[in-house]
Amino acid sequence: MTEKYSVDVLIIGGGAAGLFAAIRLSEFNPETKIIVVEKADVRRSGCLASGVNALNAYIGKGHTPEDYVEYAVNDAHSIARRDLLLTMAQRLNHVTKIIERLGLVIEKDSEGNYVERGWRNVKINGESIKLILAAAVKKFPNVEILNHVNVADFLLDGDKVVGAYGFGVREKIFYNFAAKVTLIATGGASGIYLPNHSGGSRHQIWYSPFNTGAGYAMGIRAGAEMTTFEMRFVALRCKDTIAPTGTLAQGVGAAQINSRGEFYQKNYGNTTSERVFAVTSEKFFGRAPCYLKTIGISAEQEKFLLDAYLNMSPAQTLRWIETNQPPSKFNVEICGTEPYIIGGHTAAGYWVDKNRQTTLKNLFAAGDVAGGCPQKYVTGAFAEAEIVAESILETLAEIKMPAPIDFNTGELKKFFANDSAFTIDELEIAMQTTMDEYAGGLTQNYRFNESQLNLAAKNIERIEKLSENLHAADMYDLLKIFELRERLTVAKVLIEHLKARRETRWAGFAQNLDYPNRDDKFNLLVNSVTTGGKTKIIFRSLNDDLH
Amino acid sequence: MICIDKENCVGCGKCVDICPGNLLTLKNSCAAIRDVRDCWGCCACVKICPRNAIAYQLSADLGGAGAKLFADDSPTKLTWQILKTDGEKIFLEVDKRQSNKF
Repeated sequence: MTEKYSVDVLIIGGGAAGLFAAIRLSEFNPETKIIVVEKADVRRSGCLASGVNALNAYIGKGHTPEDYVEYAVNDAHSIARRDLLLTMAQRLNHVTKIIERLGLVIEKDSEGNYVERGWRNVKINGESIKLILAAAVKKFPNVEILNHVNVADFLLDGDKVVGAYGFGVREKIFYNFAAKVTLIATGGASGIYLPNHSGGSRHQIWYSPFNTGAGYAMGIRAGAEMTTFEMRFVALRCKDTIAPTGTLAQGVGAAQINSRGEFYQKNYGNTTSERVFAVTSEKFFGRAPCYLKTIGISAEQEKFLLDAYLNMSPAQTLRWIETNQPPSKFNVEICGTEPYIIGGHTAAGYWVDKNRQTTLKNLFAAGDVAGGCPQKYVTGAFAEAEIVAESILETLAEIKMPAPIDFNTGELKKFFANDSAFTIDELEIAMQTTMDEYAGGLTQNYRFNESQLNLAAKNIERIEKLSENLHAADMYDLLKIFELRERLTVAKVLIEHLKARRETRWAGFAQNLDYPNRDDKFNLLVNSVTTGGKTKIIFRSLNDDLH
Repeated sequence: MICIDKENCVGCGKCVDICPGNLLTLKNSCAAIRDVRDCWGCCACVKICPRNAIAYQLSADLGGAGAKLFADDSPTKLTWQILKTDGEKIFLEVDKRQSNKF
């Protein structure tokens, strides 16, 4: 059966951006009919499922939004959109107040000011941040939440997005959404590359393994312009647990140290990619393991660390206790992760204007899928969501409710009838190993050349063909097939972007061995549009706005 | 990875609803994970289980030795319990009204 909905605003993805947009839209105009479609449960879905340790984007005392723009542009080695960064940064402190009003605990001093961690962070208890957002959105009768429904693709009328279709993850129900305006607020893409661990711990990874690049893939298939996929993100993590390191570096001032006891980071610089490059290089030159020096921290500091990790990455606290290797007595080994595509940290994603309107009519993007605006983190996602909410309210009255478009459920049902020589898992591993080996994965120290990228492209095309024949035994299998195919779609575009940037801009994230140095000729944005399966690269100036 | 204690599970299904990966199901009125390799370790199910029937465990390749991590969630605090293989229990209480110090 197919369930049909007609709404003013369709929000795809119930994460930080999606829920915040629903809340702000409802506060601005409680008459707006909104549906949020989430493939898991909004209370714990996406990358914030286990919580978040700090609000990492905030303008501290004595600083301005322009300072934040400079910081982010510098960290991205110039590849970012200043207009997007500024419009985000101007709202960071404002959305921080809103999330506090909704119930987030934020540390304050005796005068009632937020306690800052550095000038860009505030201290919080973020374990329940998704529960807080979910509870807030539930209060609005104009918002319907559809949990456990996966959106498969947009519905298009020419170059206009007029809704989307999807399927239930549990029951065999198909969904057809007609919407005046659609917000794509899905997550970034993990699982394209071979992860740090194989086998039993294959999902002990930094970013949510359930964020599969669905929003990117839908945009690519619909011909939306995308930007800066080649700026992959590699996270610097605690070895094994892949828990965050920022809390150690910023919380107790732990510095990187190699096996010879040398503090080496000063040799590499201090941008996000340079910190990763430092570890990769030390390992390459035989000075591994690398650590964050925590030996000597006080008993009180150690207690605070144990609590802080329980609120975002409980495995790390368990490891310290279970192995009897507490951070005050043992340094914490660190490593880089496999690469991810994620617009909340780097500049990869939809090409949008200042209102976060994409190149497809009536489609907006916010959060990890929106490109050009790195270092946005949770508050940046909120800021973009609020910008979208305001933009939508300005345009909604002029847009007519589109007539429902029927979609061919046969495209979904065929997977139940398929007979495949391969399992979903086998093709996923085939994709990950090819991307790792030929497109600069973790085992290759993020290095590649053009010949390898060409081979990667051929392999991904072959795997994509094989995926058309995959067999689904139930709706969960259908979800897994879609997730794999989303990753393959993103991988194909990623390879073209990596080929187009003929330089090495962020050595910690990607090294093009044909062009091992930075080349200022490439002080530009690599964009792309995919039509009929072919990706066309478009170079844009750093000052280009959309349209 | 998580491990499920079938003796303690009453089949309430709260974990099935909350898992961000849709990994949990009910089989014969008992929680079951489709493929334990797909667990992210977020502990959403560990926190929501009213019976301490689900624990997080570090796999051997992550340095684990069999200790189990349980959680009791309440509106004001989250009480974590680590049960070591020698029977030692360690409790860690996190006050939800207090922010992290780092």
